[in-house]
Amino acid sequence: MLVTFSLNGKTVEADVSPTRTLLDWLREDRGLTGTKEGCNEGDCGACTVMVSDETASRALNACILFMPQIHGKALRTVEGIASPDGEMHPVQGAMVEHHGSQCGFCTPGFVVSMAVGHLNGRCDHNDVLAGNLCRCTGYAPIVRAAKAAADSPVPNWIKPKAVTAGDLPDQPETLDGFAKWYVDNPDATLIAGATDVGLWVTKRLEELTKPVFLNRYSELQNIHVSDDFIHVGAGVTIAELLPVLRDHHPSYGELVRRYGSDQVRQAATIGGNIANGSPIGDNPPALIALGAVLQLRCGGQNREMQVEDFFIEYGRQDRRAGEFVTGVSLPKSAPGLRCYKLSKRFDQDISAVLGCFNLTVDDGVVTEARIAFGGMAGVPKRATVVEAEVTNKPWSSETIEAVLPLFRDDFAPLSDMRASADYRMKAAQNMLWRYFYETTGNSVDVLAVHP
Amino acid sequence: MSVAKSLPHDAAPLHVTGAARYVDDIPLPEGALHLAFGCSEVAHGRIASVDLTAVRSAKDVITVLTAEDLRHENDVSPSPSPEPLLAEGSVHFVGQPIFIVVATSHLAARKAAKLGRVEIAPLPAILTIDDALAAESRFEDGPRVYEKGDAVGALAGAKRVIQGEIEIGGQEHFYLEGQAAAALPGEDGSMLVYSSSQHPSEIQHKVAHALGVPMHSVRVEVRRMGGGFGGKESQGNALAVSCAVVAAMTGRPCKMRYDRDDDMIITGKRHDFRIRYKVAFQDDGRIDAVDFLQLCRCGWSMDLSLPVADRAMLHADNAYAIPNLRVESHRLKTNTQSNTAFRGFGGPQGMVGIERVLDHVAHEVGLDPVEVRCVNYYAAPGEAMDSTHYGMPVEDFILSDLTDRLLENSDYLKRKEAVEAWNAENAILKKGIAFSPVKFGISFTLTHLNQAGALVHVYQDGSIHLNHGGTEMGQGLFQKVAQVAASRFGVDVDRVKITATDTDKVPNTSATAASSGSDLNGMAVQMACDHIRARLAEFVAGDDAEQVTFEGGFVHFEGKSEPFDALIKRAYMARISLSSTGFYATPKVEWDRIAGHGRPFFYFAYGAAVTEVVIDTLTGENRILRTDILHDCGASLNPALDIGQIEGGYVQGAGWLTTEELIWDEAGQLKTHAPSTYKIPACSDQPEVFNVALWDGTNREKTVYRSKAVGEPPLMLGISALLALSDAVSACGTAYPDLNAPATAERVFAAVERVRS
Repeated sequence: MLVTFSLNGKTVEADVSPTRTLLDWLREDRGLTGTKEGCNEGDCGACTVMVSDETASRALNACILFMPQIHGKALRTVEGIASPDGEMHPVQGAMVEHHGSQCGFCTPGFVVSMAVGHLNGRCDHNDVLAGNLCRCTGYAPIVRAAKAAADSPVPNWIKPKAVTAGDLPDQPETLDGFAKWYVDNPDATLIAGATDVGLWVTKRLEELTKPVFLNRYSELQNIHVSDDFIHVGAGVTIAELLPVLRDHHPSYGELVRRYGSDQVRQAATIGGNIANGSPIGDNPPALIALGAVLQLRCGGQNREMQVEDFFIEYGRQDRRAGEFVTGVSLPKSAPGLRCYKLSKRFDQDISAVLGCFNLTVDDGVVTEARIAFGGMAGVPKRATVVEAEVTNKPWSSETIEAVLPLFRDDFAPLSDMRASADYRMKAAQNMLWRYFYETTGNSVDVLAVHP
Repeated sequence: MSVAKSLPHDAAPLHVTGAARYVDDIPLPEGALHLAFGCSEVAHGRIASVDLTAVRSAKDVITVLTAEDLRHENDVSPSPSPEPLLAEGSVHFVGQPIFIVVATSHLAARKAAKLGRVEIAPLPAILTIDDALAAESRFEDGPRVYEKGDAVGALAGAKRVIQGEIEIGGQEHFYLEGQAAAALPGEDGSMLVYSSSQHPSEIQHKVAHALGVPMHSVRVEVRRMGGGFGGKESQGNALAVSCAVVAAMTGRPCKMRYDRDDDMIITGKRHDFRIRYKVAFQDDGRIDAVDFLQLCRCGWSMDLSLPVADRAMLHADNAYAIPNLRVESHRLKTNTQSNTAFRGFGGPQGMVGIERVLDHVAHEVGLDPVEVRCVNYYAAPGEAMDSTHYGMPVEDFILSDLTDRLLENSDYLKRKEAVEAWNAENAILKKGIAFSPVKFGISFTLTHLNQAGALVHVYQDGSIHLNHGGTEMGQGLFQKVAQVAASRFGVDVDRVKITATDTDKVPNTSATAASSGSDLNGMAVQMACDHIRARLAEFVAGDDAEQVTFEGGFVHFEGKSEPFDALIKRAYMARISLSSTGFYATPKVEWDRIAGHGRPFFYFAYGAAVTEVVIDTLTGENRILRTDILHDCGASLNPALDIGQIEGGYVQGAGWLTTEELIWDEAGQLKTHAPSTYKIPACSDQPEVFNVALWDGTNREKTVYRSKAVGEPPLMLGISALLALSDAVSACGTAYPDLNAPATAERVFAAVERVRS
């Protein structure tokens, strides 16, 4: 497959297998060894590269980025962060001056993340760098460097330039064309951000059947906010979703701030996070608690369902052969919504338990309850027994005491490397307490405590 | 003088531009081959049959090797006890290499390695400390015991005695650059090996044996590692040997690097320990006796486990003069990865044991744990000198003063009160604050390893080139040593270049380990420079050579100054040798590891930390809010690099004791074998307020510019994070928290439930 893009300012064409990763191509075919392989699964950020198009510049993990995904984009690797005549970018100079590198292996990834953050004017350094692991420095000098560089002007050479590239060969050109093609090729592998599918290649060492890249179908990438609903196209990335959530559902927004890392959020899509059917995806419990509606399309036919109905059992979803997720609609307002993500590490970690609560309380009485959990069953699942029992009850500690045992009627979680079954159950129950404290005026958030 | 200056790491400009080269970045000649291991999926068993037909016929595969194809030694052990490169007859852990796939690409080799059909008849697997104890599965004939006084007797007669137990989990190194090696065959049976190794001489030794050639035929080069932390002291042997064997066999360059998951599944980690203690103490917290039982899980082969377990015993006192101290250590053999060196080398586990005892005693007597620590401290210099439980006098105990200063700088007492007040007002969230000291012994306990060599050239233009036996893994060793060389010649450090560590340049080196890098190699370089300097001085001043000084880029004698490079040119014309080796052997050290007596360490490095945390009692989630550290680097060779080691060491230590959890299933499979499941600290996990300062002092021993080693000691400052979590849990009830490590959110939550019930 012939892929066209700009590499450190120069247009290149690469004839590659569709599942060739950008990282392997850079290092093995191009001899650009500044970009490092640390984990080959998008968790360490050593392979971070800058990918720009007309809308934005993003930091992405090259290890799980397939070459066709950068068709038509402007790519910058660490070798292209300094100016063409060798002048260092401000973040590079600051990293040297502030002793931000020790072994240096993670450094190219950090430098690229920092340069992208700098270009985008971001000062939330912990979030910008959450996807870059460093084992030597303990991060303090890196953050010092990021702060020191923040006020330097963005160098001209780093600003992206447009790339001319035609259609991606051997791929349906339009969404309608794809919908038709997929009916005839239901065994195809759909690839949006590849933050999941990428690992099928790099870790499971699979050959993908008929890979098809969805990132060019702009119809899937819209966010539309109406009076009552927010419609999110399946191809909207988690990063694009984040500011919308911060505006309308701040607690869900805070959850999504901790979803993967910036590199992952810039690639991963809402559609992918639902359609892959994972019991521990972070969006489904929040969407279920919101009562969101999922949209699917098969050929020319569309259908809708409640998000929770999509998940039938572990590994099985209500998606027909040739059918794909096109979007999700969620209510614009849900003041009662709170999302609690529990993981071993706060940033870039998969949830052990994710509890989402959306209760309506009128005059001290619960009038409506939607409670959904991830990590507590083979699918993201509502706590229907608890919901029923709490509804029409006073919103009080007595009610909570009374309903806590019923969690065991809703869930029988497993033990795994993330958490034991017992801890999952108790933490889930205690999340209801946390919700109670928060909705009755007490802050119980460790992240809100400062020295 | 360039020593004591905070200059950046010599390779920093290369790091930030992506130009710094690691093993996998080295361009290899056309036709290079790539290797991958096919590994055991069974923890223990007899190999019934190996069918590699599908592997051999896989795309891009050149050949496949099993143990039978190895013409010489099948051994990659760093210890006297054998450790086969490829399994012969039986397998001993999940991940043990059984065959090597040789292919034309890394990906092809990995894919083909999955196609092997190895039938293994399972044998009972010994996975846990309890399994090993029950089966009497151990290294050495029985436990080692080091003892001072009569702990058992003192405990028997004591008024107040408590006992307890702590589980201390292991730790994955998670060096960002995985294990990697490459080999290029040369003429006449020679081999050039590039290895990401802390121990090039051992790579040379193992490769020579595997090829059946003398060591002189093998050259090993290490420019840098992308992190080591002890994980590249012995664990790189298998890759380097494999590459060399296949390169010799095929005549083609070979490269091997582990995919991250393979790296975590195959290589050893920090030893996990269970430590039981019985302690006798008085009402003021003074400890009369401790009896420790240290149970150490070593994994399937000996590797470096014996000296690791020894060092855990040697740090069972930490900073405390305990009159009766007994340490019994069991080195247990299990069907898991062979645990190996990791920053601190057993010391951290031993230290967690005694700090746990101090914390427990303080809880029992109801005193501030800092007070209890201070009454048990070793005597300060000038007071009656104490000896450790292994008979080494503690001559330089600066911790009393250092503690006072840190408590003052960190405002400990006031903050302790504030934490209590905050906890009284908050029912759900609780804060904790804790202090912990570090006294860490510096030297290899295997005495003969305390030696180093260097090679220094001064070229006609006055530029200086040097090599030494140490390896660069990020710690800034090259920069520090270059600063030493520049200082000896009184020139700017820009004049000095250090190139890759190379067994052709400096032979018979020790591993860059035990924090010894700059102590040993800095001194060896100083010696080499001084030889050259003495020749230059004699050339300038004859019998008055001692009057010559080297400073500011000039050589000064009798009021006259000559630029260094002008002198060098003259000296060259006068046929003065401008090249020298240097050699250093650490004085004073002498150690009998069986008797547990002597002076294993040249000196001690000290430090202390105060950490404040907050926990959520609903889930056990927790944060480090603030950390204050005061650490002793003697007269620092480079304060910025030393602070970097301290900050990084603390975060790595805190990670070990909080979020980094290794989990094996019942079949002995490691379930946390990637960063998706094994969680090292991320950027936001560093303390929000993080104050690090260096203790203003000098080493009482004659080390290079009176500096002190800094690689390992700061890791143990992270123990204060575990203790602070324990303190926060204590605020939830009256019982002792009994918090095990790593103190994950789940364990903190369980401890909260315990103290409440």
